Amino acid sequence: MTAAPGSGAAAPAAAALDRAAREQGGRVLATLIGHLGGDFALAEDALQDAYAEAAGRWPRDGVPRNPGAWLTTAARRRAIDRLRRARGLDERLRTLEALAQRDGGAVHEDAPARDADDDQLPDDRLRLIFTCCHPALSPEARIALTVKTLGGLTTAQTARAFLVEPRTMEQRLTRAKAKIAAAGIPYRVPPRELLPERLAGVRQVVYLIFTEGHTASDGERLVRDELCEEAIRLGRLLHATLPPNSETLGLLALMLLHDSRRAARADAAGRPVPLAAQDRLTWDGGRIAEGVALLDEALAQRRPGPFQVEAAIAALHAGAASLEETDWPQISALYGRLLQWRPTPVVAVNRAVAIAFADGTRAGLAELDALADERKLVGYVPLHSARAELLRRDGDAAGALAAYERAIALCGNGAQRAELERRRAELLPGAGAPGV
Amino acid sequence: MQYALLIYADPTDMPAPDSPEGQAEHASWMEYTQALAESGAMRGGEALHPAPAATSVRVRGGETLTTDGPFAETKEVLTGFYLLDVPDLDAALDWAGRIPSVGYGTVELRPTVVFDRV
Repeated sequence: MTAAPGSGAAAPAAAALDRAAREQGGRVLATLIGHLGGDFALAEDALQDAYAEAAGRWPRDGVPRNPGAWLTTAARRRAIDRLRRARGLDERLRTLEALAQRDGGAVHEDAPARDADDDQLPDDRLRLIFTCCHPALSPEARIALTVKTLGGLTTAQTARAFLVEPRTMEQRLTRAKAKIAAAGIPYRVPPRELLPERLAGVRQVVYLIFTEGHTASDGERLVRDELCEEAIRLGRLLHATLPPNSETLGLLALMLLHDSRRAARADAAGRPVPLAAQDRLTWDGGRIAEGVALLDEALAQRRPGPFQVEAAIAALHAGAASLEETDWPQISALYGRLLQWRPTPVVAVNRAVAIAFADGTRAGLAELDALADERKLVGYVPLHSARAELLRRDGDAAGALAAYERAIALCGNGAQRAELERRRAELLPGAGAPGV
Repeated sequence: MQYALLIYADPTDMPAPDSPEGQAEHASWMEYTQALAESGAMRGGEALHPAPAATSVRVRGGETLTTDGPFAETKEVLTGFYLLDVPDLDAALDWAGRIPSVGYGTVELRPTVVFDRV
């Protein structure tokens, strides 16, 4: 490395700024959007200004003790500058006055060591999540906007997380923010009469973020940890800041229980490992214990719902010593219950597989065949891979081979397709004994 | 914020005006409009004659083309509109969700453009 004046301080300052942006950017942005009356674009611009200012000042003046508070204050001042320069000052006068009051009526050039608004952070994040998950936005915009603004990611990072081109993500986010402003989507926690419906929508977005991280729909990597982490953080936020809700608890429990298997779900090369072959010793005991405790808390409220049922299924898996020792009759009954709330193909196929374990392979196959007929699921990959697996277990190698080929032809996920191909190869003559 | 509530419905789903259902719906429209006016949010609104009464016009290359019927032939047609002034989209959605025909038709909410006065 070449020595440059000040370079000794520059590297740690840059690292501190990176960390602050990563860990506190989302919270700072939420606070700013709150102070600016819901103006996403201005808040983001001002935060970028603050990052630029920090990149210049921190190496010289040292890293502030509370980087988040420093960034919040600096960004607020940059927002004031931007508002003053903007046309149509009339409309923005009220925002300016409110901002000036937060700064004690005067704008100082020195960044303060503390920020009095730190206490309000949870509320700002909560308001922001309801705004980002508003049903007037498209589902994909809700997910992207929630991850980006609450997770404090850059557009490039968000694009990477969802495996889309940065330009595509940029457009998606820009359109969503324009809609929030133009359509008058309010920046607030919904009033009591709207809360149950809106909260259900927020839970759905959080769970979609989690499943997007858990299984990439068209990517080559099976687990994208950051999305899972963010979804769990959001679940905790909802649970911690809103009145107790059994389904929110159920969602958080479900995510923790699924996430407990994260290390076991893919091998070192990123290939998916089926439940039967997973090393149960690598499941995260801490997450399982927390998930089970939250589920108990939810069930005690006696207000059942689909997330609680799904969490109960995940808890039965988590508590079983092996695939064979799993309480399959209970699981197939729970899937039956879940099907009433969520009559989706994935639930129906999972129920059939549970029936195969509980009542025998043939019973499960009969369920799957009925599904393929009744519900027009002929193009549904999990149906064919489940059929292949059950046929193999039933000793019908030719049938299993045909079903795997069907599933492979339909599969759009690289990692999952490779796994299906591997399992098919085991059935081919000369492949030796099939694995477990 | 000001919103146009554009009310769409498939005419074949609408109750006949002289049927008991049609008369009940008519009463609901009157009640709804009165409630809207009393809330202070109403800036305007009209019911439209059915789509066959529509005439569309466009000028292309200096030539005026006048055609019979609405601009797009669709199953659901514009049957009326309200113009509302309410604080935000949630308030507009609340009013939209109470429109008498929303049970079989669709209400589209469009914020109106506010031009800056210079």
